[in-house]
Amino acid sequence: MRRRLAAHGIDRALLLLLPAVAFVAVIFLYPFLYGLVLSFKPERYVGAFGNYQQFFADPFLRDTIAITLGLAVPAALFNVIASVPIAYRMRGAFRGKRLLIGMLVMPVTLGTVLIAKGLLTLLGARGWVNRALLDLGLVEDPVRFVNNYWGVLLTLVITGFPFAFLLTLSYLGGIDPMLERAAATLGAGPRQRFWRITFPLLLPGLAITFILTFVLAFAVFPSAVLVGEPAGETRVISIVAYRAAYEQFDASMASAIAMIMGAVQLAVVVIVLGVRGRLYRGPSGGGKG
Amino acid sequence: MTVVARRPVAASPLAWLAWGFVGFFLVFMLALVAAVLVNSLGTRWLDHWLPDGYTTHWYGDAWREFGLTSVMLVTIEIAAAVVALSLLIGVPASYALARRSFPGRGLVMLAFLIPLLLPPVTYGIPLATVLLRHELGGTLTGVILANLVPSVPFVILTMTPFIEQIDPRIEAAARTLGAGTATIFVRVLGPLLVPGMLAAGLLVLVRTVGMFELSFFTAGPGTQPLVVVLYYAAFAPGVRASQSIDAMAVIYMGLMLMLLVAALSFVNPTNLVARLRENT
Repeated sequence: MRRRLAAHGIDRALLLLLPAVAFVAVIFLYPFLYGLVLSFKPERYVGAFGNYQQFFADPFLRDTIAITLGLAVPAALFNVIASVPIAYRMRGAFRGKRLLIGMLVMPVTLGTVLIAKGLLTLLGARGWVNRALLDLGLVEDPVRFVNNYWGVLLTLVITGFPFAFLLTLSYLGGIDPMLERAAATLGAGPRQRFWRITFPLLLPGLAITFILTFVLAFAVFPSAVLVGEPAGETRVISIVAYRAAYEQFDASMASAIAMIMGAVQLAVVVIVLGVRGRLYRGPSGGGKG
Repeated sequence: MTVVARRPVAASPLAWLAWGFVGFFLVFMLALVAAVLVNSLGTRWLDHWLPDGYTTHWYGDAWREFGLTSVMLVTIEIAAAVVALSLLIGVPASYALARRSFPGRGLVMLAFLIPLLLPPVTYGIPLATVLLRHELGGTLTGVILANLVPSVPFVILTMTPFIEQIDPRIEAAARTLGAGTATIFVRVLGPLLVPGMLAAGLLVLVRTVGMFELSFFTAGPGTQPLVVVLYYAAFAPGVRASQSIDAMAVIYMGLMLMLLVAALSFVNPTNLVARLRENT
């Protein structure tokens, strides 16, 4: 019996999995299911689906989905699209590459609050940028860059771009340069080499990069409050979830909003993965490994 | 060396756009940090290009007003516990996943992937509710447990490929020479795993110190790490001087910068997904 199980890869080594599986079950799965059940026991609204009905009936709550997607999708798309040409030009070895990568990744260390405070100081009505624009006579009145949609979008680019760039660079590194060289030998120009060889091989990686940056952007919360307009333009779904939980003390509604948030997020992930499944997936190394 | 990869000297408009974006991004980042730094060092800064004078007293003020000594201790305790526990739970699991293919392996992998694909708010709010019911709300244990949710899967997903690339014949050889399972783990695999564990641990450390949402939902008075204290200070403007909030933000940046430099000296960022072949 033991040997037959071992033939299927089941032996005592699998016991090593137990702590991790138990942990995920107790600390992630159980609370998640608990929240799911709780969301169907409304504290304020009637019926099992009361919270959900209320969420989709009230435009103040319902619109948060569109608002959050309106921030997260453009931000993630921009971060991925901007990463490709930059990473492509940095794929080879050159002097100062490590330094340049380090500088591009540096914003990861800043933290939302520093970015928010910096944006407010830099782009505020009396900030350096508006001051320069006024002095140059380019504008009559200070431009409103922050405390609106653009402030939050800018934050999402600052925090998301380094991440997308690193991942893209990493995926590009996994594509064997020999393939491009082979294409060049066969007479392909730089443009053809990129669009016909590198880009199709990179695309599955870009899908993953998009998903991971989207996950980050979709969860936007502190910056939507600090540099956004949390009551209006940037009333993202995290804000209403937080308010339900910690200002109205309605754990049931908060759980319902959290579930809706997870569902929307997973829907986007599944769509992107579905598209990715249709792309070429195979060895991107050379013929001889 | 690569010859065909050379691009013509007259760069295309797209190349200009790409490098232009890099330049703009770097200058903008520099200006952003400078704005916060200048404000944290300035005496009074009203309607001028620069503050009236300079001082460093905001840093001392921030340290005292926000009780940063205990905040730092809390931050370190949380981060250290999360790193140690996530490695302890994650590495054995990665070993099993890397070395065995068993029915349901895909399902187990998916279970580890989902916490990384969901926004922390999604599971953070139900988890905070459950912790409250079990009288763990606001405790250090609660904050550590919450931060482990994405950290354990993160360790597993980074360590599994790392273990896969260690030749299984090394373990087989040790076994033929009479080493037991325990000895193999301590004497053979352990030393081989150290670089991977160091990299995964440092990345978890950076993530945990910067993780806002989960700590924000689960921490209470006295158990708030630096990110949360910083957010509360920035969220209630006017209570404290703007300069001392900026000073605290600079302290946070310094801490993160130190951790990131440490992490990058062990992990080549471009090798996270695949091995780079620069010298072919």
